[in-house]
Amino acid sequence: MTRTHVFAVALSLSGALTGTVAFAAGVEAELEPARNDVADLASLQRGAANFTNYCMGCHSAKYVRYSRLQEDLVLTEEQVKQNLMPAAKKLDEMMTIAMPPADAQRWFGQQPPDLSLVVRSRGADWVYTFLKSFYLDERAATGVNNLVLPNASMPHVLWELQGLQAASFSDTVDQKTGATVSHFGEPQYFEEFTQVDAGTLSAEEYDQFVRDIVNFLDWTATPEQLERQALGIWVLLFLLVFLIFAYLLKVEIWKDVK
Amino acid sequence: MSNSSIDNTAGSQDNGLLAWIDARFPLSKLMREHATEYYAGKNFNVWYVFGVLAMVVLVIQLITGIFLTMNYKPSAAEAFASVEYIMRDVEWGWLIRYLHSTGASAFFIVVYLHMFRAMLYGSYKKPRELLWLIGMVIYVALMAEAFFGYLLPWGQMSYWGAQVIVSLFGALPVIGDPLVEWIRGDYNISDVTLNRFFALHVIAVPLALVMLVVMHILALHEVGSNNPDGIEIKENKGPDGIPVDGIAFHPYYTSKDLVAIIIFMIIFLGVVFFAPEMGGYFLEHANFEPANSLKTPEHIAPVWYFTPFYAILRAVPDKLGGVVLMGGAIVVLFLLPWIDRSKVKSIRYRGAGYKAALAVFAITFVILGFLGTQPPTTLYTLVSQICTALYFGFFIFLYVYSGTEQGKPVPERLTYHG
Repeated sequence: MTRTHVFAVALSLSGALTGTVAFAAGVEAELEPARNDVADLASLQRGAANFTNYCMGCHSAKYVRYSRLQEDLVLTEEQVKQNLMPAAKKLDEMMTIAMPPADAQRWFGQQPPDLSLVVRSRGADWVYTFLKSFYLDERAATGVNNLVLPNASMPHVLWELQGLQAASFSDTVDQKTGATVSHFGEPQYFEEFTQVDAGTLSAEEYDQFVRDIVNFLDWTATPEQLERQALGIWVLLFLLVFLIFAYLLKVEIWKDVK
Repeated sequence: MSNSSIDNTAGSQDNGLLAWIDARFPLSKLMREHATEYYAGKNFNVWYVFGVLAMVVLVIQLITGIFLTMNYKPSAAEAFASVEYIMRDVEWGWLIRYLHSTGASAFFIVVYLHMFRAMLYGSYKKPRELLWLIGMVIYVALMAEAFFGYLLPWGQMSYWGAQVIVSLFGALPVIGDPLVEWIRGDYNISDVTLNRFFALHVIAVPLALVMLVVMHILALHEVGSNNPDGIEIKENKGPDGIPVDGIAFHPYYTSKDLVAIIIFMIIFLGVVFFAPEMGGYFLEHANFEPANSLKTPEHIAPVWYFTPFYAILRAVPDKLGGVVLMGGAIVVLFLLPWIDRSKVKSIRYRGAGYKAALAVFAITFVILGFLGTQPPTTLYTLVSQICTALYFGFFIFLYVYSGTEQGKPVPERLTYHG
C-alpha cells in the first residue's frame, strides 16, 4: 500500500465508519514508558505547538484557558496569539474547537474526545504508546489500525512525520511481548512493527515529538502539579517542626503521670 | 466587658467575661465535664487516637465541602466542568478539592481502625452497647454520605457506580423496581438524581452526622472511655472521687492527641500534595471521563472503602442473595455486643481462639476489599466466596466460643509503664 493510497483512504473515512465504531474489549498491549517531564519548559512549549497544530483539528482541550498557556508555559501574549491560538479567539477563552459535534459524529462515528484530562484517565504511557502504535491495516477505513486502541476511528494524523509501519501478528502468544490484540473479532498476538515508509522525522525525533505532546497533555490534565509539589514540601517541613514542639509539650505535661 | 462588676455572681473576680458567660451558659461546666475533669485511663495506646482523628477529618470535610459548594454546579450539564473549573480557575481550588477527595478516603481509614480498636479491646461491651450502636449508625451515615458525594463529580465511575449500587435495591421483591425509580427520580441516573444526591450530600446527611457524633461523645462521656486493659477505672476511685488510674482528658490527652493529629496530617497532606489520586484508589482514573449514559465502562468498581461489601455481593451468584448477604454483613456488626458473650473485654486477657479469629477476620476483610476492586475471575470469585464464609463465620464462631471462653485473669489496676 502506497503512502498516497493510505492518505486517500484516510480522507474517505467519512461515511464509511458511520455508527460502526466500537472499542474492542480486553486489549493487553504493553505500554512504553513516556518518560516525560512536566518541569521541562521547552518540551511543554513544543508540545503546545504540536498539539495545537496536529491534534486540535479534531480534539479540544476545553478545560484549558489560553491565558494559562501564557502564564504556566512562560510565553508572551504575542507568542500565544500568533502560534497557538486561532485569530478569532481571545486570550481568556478556552481551548475549544470549531468542529460541530454532529459532523464529528457523522465523520468518525463518535465525537473525538476532549483531551484535557486524557493523561489522568488513560495515563501518560498510554497516550505515548498509542501515538506510536498506528500500523497499516487494509480492513480499517482509515487504512491504519492501532495496537493500543484496536479499531479506533482515528486516522494516523502524524503519518507524515512517523512514516508508516506494518505490524506482524501470529496465532500463538509471543513469549517476549505477550501482547494480545483482538482485531475485528479475531484474536491475534502482536509480534513486532516494521517500518514500511520513512517519515520526515527519524525514529528518535518522532519519539521526542510524541513525548512533547504527552508532556503538554500531562500539564493540561494537572496544571497545578508543580506548584502543588513545591508547596507540599514546605507544608511537610512545617509540620515536622511543629511535631517536635508538640512532642516536647506532651512529654512535659505527661512527666507527672506515673 | 465593662459590666462584669455587676455580673460576678460566679465569684470569679479576675475573669469577668467568663463569669458573665457562666451565669448564662454552662461554659465552664461543659469544659470541666468534657475536658478538664473527664477522666480516662492513663494507658491509652496508638489505637486510641482514631476517634479524635475521625473528628479532625469530619471538620476538614465540612469546611472544604462548604468552599467546594461555592463553585460546584449540581447539574448534569455543568457538574463535571464545574469541578475542573474548581481545579483550574478557583483560587486554591485544587487544594480544597484534593483535601475533600483525600478526606473521604481518610475518613474511612480512621473509622475502620477506630472500629477495629473497639473489637480489640471490647469497647462495644456493657456498658458501652449504645455507644457502639450510635457509632454503627455514624458508619452507615458515612457510607451514605460517601455514596451520594461520589456521584457529584459526574465522571464515568460516579455515574456507573451509582447506577450499579442504586440498582441493587431493584433486587428486592415486589417493591424493587418502583423503589429504584423513586430513589433515582427518573428511569436512569440523571440530572434529577444528581440534584437530590447533592441535597442529601451537602445538608441532610452531614447534619445527621454532626448530631450523631455529638450523641456518640455524650454517650462516651456518660459511661467513660474503655482502655487497653478493658477495666472500668470508675470502680477504683481515690478519696477525692477521681479514678486512681484516670487522668484528665485536658491537658493529658489533648497534648497527646495533638502529636497524633500532626503525624496524621503529615501522612494525609503527603497524599494531598504528592499523590492525590493514590494510584487510582482515592480518585479513580475512569472518573476523569465525563459521565456517558451510552458507554458502559469495561470494569465498574466502587471506591476502595466499599469494596469489601461489594466483594460479598458478587460472591453470591443470585442477585437478591448477594444484596441480602451484603446488607447482612453490616447488620451483623450492629449485633456485635450481643454476639460476643465474653465478660472479658480486652484481647490481652481473652482466649487464644478469639485472638486467632480476630486476626483471620481482619485479614479476610482486607482480602475482600482487594477482591472488590478487581474484575471477577473464576479464582477471585472462589476466594471471595471463601472470604465471605470466613466473614460470617467469625460471628458464628464468636457467639459459640465466647459462651465458654477461657482467658487469662484480668488485673485489678491498669498496666502502665510510664
